[in-house]
Amino acid sequence: MSDSSPPNSTTDKSLLVRGGRVIDPSQDYDGIADMLVIDGVIVEIGENLSGSSNVIDATDKIVAPGLVDIHVQLREPGFEEDECIATGTAAAIAGGFTSIACLPNTSPAIDTQAQIQFIQQKAIQADNCNVYVIAAVSKNRQGEELAEMGMLAETGAVGFSDAPAPLGNTDLFRRALEYSKMFDKPIIDHPELPELSQSGIMHAGATSMVLGLSGMHPDSEELATGRDLRLCETTGGRLHLMDISTQGSVELIRRAKGRGVGVTAEVCIANLFLTDELLRSFDSNYKVNPPLRSQQHIDACIAGLADGTLDVITSGHAPRAIEKKMTELDRAPFGMSQIEFTLGLAITHLVQPGHLDISALIAKLSTNPAIALGLNDPSYHQKGTLAIGASADITIIDPTAVWIVQPESMLSRSHNTPLAGVELTGRADTVIVGGCVKTKQIELPA
Amino acid sequence: MGTTGPNSKFTTAEDLVPQSWKHRHLLGLENLSLEDITTLLQTAITLKTATSGCHNKLDILEGLTIANMFFEDSTRTRNSFSLAARRLGAETVEFSASSSSVSKGETLIDTAKTIEAMNVDAIVIRHSTPGSPHLLSNNVDCSILNAGDGPHEHPTQGMLDIMTIHEQRGSIEGLTVALVGDITYSRTARSNIWGLKKLGAHVIVCGPSTLVSSAWEQYGVEVSHNLDDIIPRCDVLNLLRIQFERQYTRPFPSVREYAFLYGMNKERMSHAKEDILILAPGPINRGVEVTPDVADGPHSVILNQVTNGIAVRMAALTLTTKANQRRLSSNGGNE
Repeated sequence: MSDSSPPNSTTDKSLLVRGGRVIDPSQDYDGIADMLVIDGVIVEIGENLSGSSNVIDATDKIVAPGLVDIHVQLREPGFEEDECIATGTAAAIAGGFTSIACLPNTSPAIDTQAQIQFIQQKAIQADNCNVYVIAAVSKNRQGEELAEMGMLAETGAVGFSDAPAPLGNTDLFRRALEYSKMFDKPIIDHPELPELSQSGIMHAGATSMVLGLSGMHPDSEELATGRDLRLCETTGGRLHLMDISTQGSVELIRRAKGRGVGVTAEVCIANLFLTDELLRSFDSNYKVNPPLRSQQHIDACIAGLADGTLDVITSGHAPRAIEKKMTELDRAPFGMSQIEFTLGLAITHLVQPGHLDISALIAKLSTNPAIALGLNDPSYHQKGTLAIGASADITIIDPTAVWIVQPESMLSRSHNTPLAGVELTGRADTVIVGGCVKTKQIELPA
Repeated sequence: MGTTGPNSKFTTAEDLVPQSWKHRHLLGLENLSLEDITTLLQTAITLKTATSGCHNKLDILEGLTIANMFFEDSTRTRNSFSLAARRLGAETVEFSASSSSVSKGETLIDTAKTIEAMNVDAIVIRHSTPGSPHLLSNNVDCSILNAGDGPHEHPTQGMLDIMTIHEQRGSIEGLTVALVGDITYSRTARSNIWGLKKLGAHVIVCGPSTLVSSAWEQYGVEVSHNLDDIIPRCDVLNLLRIQFERQYTRPFPSVREYAFLYGMNKERMSHAKEDILILAPGPINRGVEVTPDVADGPHSVILNQVTNGIAVRMAALTLTTKANQRRLSSNGGNE
C-alpha cells in the first residue's frame, strides 16, 4: 500500500512522548503515560519509560492516535488554483490529521490506476501526512458505467465514490454495492436526490424563503439516505454515508443500525455549528453542500454523534479559489476550506459544551474513520489506534489553547472560510506521522 | 451644489432631505427601521411636491452621475430611475449586460469597479441573483441601490406601493393589505411585507399553496389560499404577476386555472369594500391576475404607482448619495 514512511529528519529513529494523557478509544485506554516509538512503530506505553533521547514533553496535553479525515478534496490534478496535494496535506498536518482520504473529483477524475499512482507519488514528495485515495465508482464520475474497481482497489483505492456528486443512478449504485463486496471496500455516497435540490443554494426553510434563494429541501437528502440504506441492507454491501445533515437522515440511520445494517455515517464539521441564518450575509463562504441547516437539524446531528448513530466527523474540506467565490451566489461553487479548523471547532462546539467527551471526539476523528475505510487493518499499519505495533501516527492535542482563525496564515491554498477572527479552543500541538515529527508548536498569533 | 430651484420654494438638498438618514446603500426594506422607512416615504412626498408631481426639475443632484446596471430586462424601473436622476439634475449612464464586458467573462465586481472608476456616484443594479447588490456594496465606494435582486427584494417598488396607499388613505397603520399571487418568486412581495408590517398594516399573502409558503406566518403575516375568503376584509389588493421566468417547474396546472382561482374580476370586486384599492406592480397580464375592467376601473391606482415610482427613486437616490458624501468627507474616503 501507499504508506509513506520517510526517514526521520532527526538522526535518532526513536521518540519518547512523556507525561501526556494518552487516550486511545480503540483500546478504551485513558491515562497518564509515556509512549516509546522506535523505527516508526509504537513499541511501549507505560510509566517512567526510557529508551530514547528524543523526548517530547506532553504534560497537560492529550496524546491521541493520529487524526484521520476521510472527506478531503485535494483538487490536484486539474484544479490547482484551489488546492494541490502539497498544500492540502500541509494544511492537514496543521489541523492535526496524520491521514486523509481524498475524493475523486479531480480533472480527470480518479478512475484509473495511473491516477491513483499519481496522487500517491505526489503525496510521497509532499512528505506531510498519509494520503489514501477514494476512487470513482463510475467512469469519469458520469454515473453510467462502473469504474474498474478491482484494479483500482489493487492499486490502493480504499473506497469508491462519485462524491461530491451523489450517486443518482440507483441501478448503478446497487451493482456497485454488490461488486465492491468482492474487494471489501465501501461505497461512499453523498445522499442527495437531485430533482429536489437542483439549482439550490441553501437549506430550504424560512430563511431561504425570506432571502428568495433556491432551497435544498431535507427531503432530497432523506429520500436518498433511505434508498442507500435499503440497498445496503438488501445487497449486504458496505456503505459509508457522507454528508449527513438532517434530522430525518439521522433517524433513518439510527433505525437501520438498530436492525443491523452495516453502514457507517459521517457529518461534516460545518453542519454541527453553523446555521442557515448566516446566509443572510449573502457571504458565499457559507454556501456549502450539504447546506447549513437550522438549529433543529444541528441538534439532531449532535444527538446522533452522542448515541453512535453518526460514527465520524470530517472536515468536508472543499478549498475553492477566491475568484470563484467572490461572485454571485448562484455562480459561486459550494465549499469551505476547513481542515485546519476542524479539531478546534469540534473541541469548541462539541467538547466544551459537554455534547461529547474528549475520548468520544477522538473516536469520531480517528478510530472510527479509520475503521470506516478499513485503515485499521495491518496492511495499512493500523491507523486510528495506539496499539503496540501500530505505526506511530500520533496527534498531541493541547485542549485548552485559545487561538484566533486568521485566513492569511492558512496553509491551504484557498482561504475560503467565513471564520476569520473567530476564537477557538483546542488545537494540534505536535503531529507525528510514522514516528516523524511533522509539525511542532504551530505558531500562535501574538 | 445648486443654490436656486426655479420651480420650487426649496433651494438646496439640505432643505429637502433629512440628515438623519445614515445608509449609503438601499439594499432592501427588511433591515430598515420604522424611522428609516418613514424618512424615505416623507422625502418622496416632499420631492413629489417640490417637482410639482415629478414634473419639474430640481438641481439638488447636479454634478452627480448615476449608473444603471441592469442584468435583467426592465423598462419601467430602469426608465423610472433615469428620470428620477435627471429630474434632480444628475447625469445618467446606461449599462446593459448583454453588450458589456460581462458577456466577455468579466466578473460582477470588476464590472462595477470599472463603472465606479468613471466617477459614478451611485449604481442602480438589477440582477437575477439574490444578494448581488449586497456583494457589490461590500466592494465599492459609491452608493448601491437595489432595483430588484432575484426574488429577494425590490425596495423602491415596495416603497412606491406604500406611498400610493399612503397618498390615498393618509396612513398605513391599521389597513389590511393582501398581496395576491406568486409570493415565492416575488421580490415586490417581500419588500411590501417588510415595509407594510413596520408601518402597522395587517398583511395577508394569498395564492396557490405551491407559491405561498405557510412559513410566512412566522413573520407575522397571514397566509391564505382562498381569495374569496379574504376579499371582504381587505382595504388594498396588490395583484402580483406570475414570475414564469423564475420558476424551474410550473407550480400550478395552467394559467386558466390560476385566473379561475386568483384572477381579480368584476364578480370578485362586488364582494370587496367600497373603497378598496387595486394595485399591481406591473407589467400586468390582463386576463390573468386582473381583468381589464378592474385594472382600468375606478378602484385602480396602477398609474399612480408609476408616477410615485419616480418620487420614491428621487428620494432614494438623494438620501443614499448624500449619506455617502457625508461619510466620504468625514473619513477622507477610507471606510
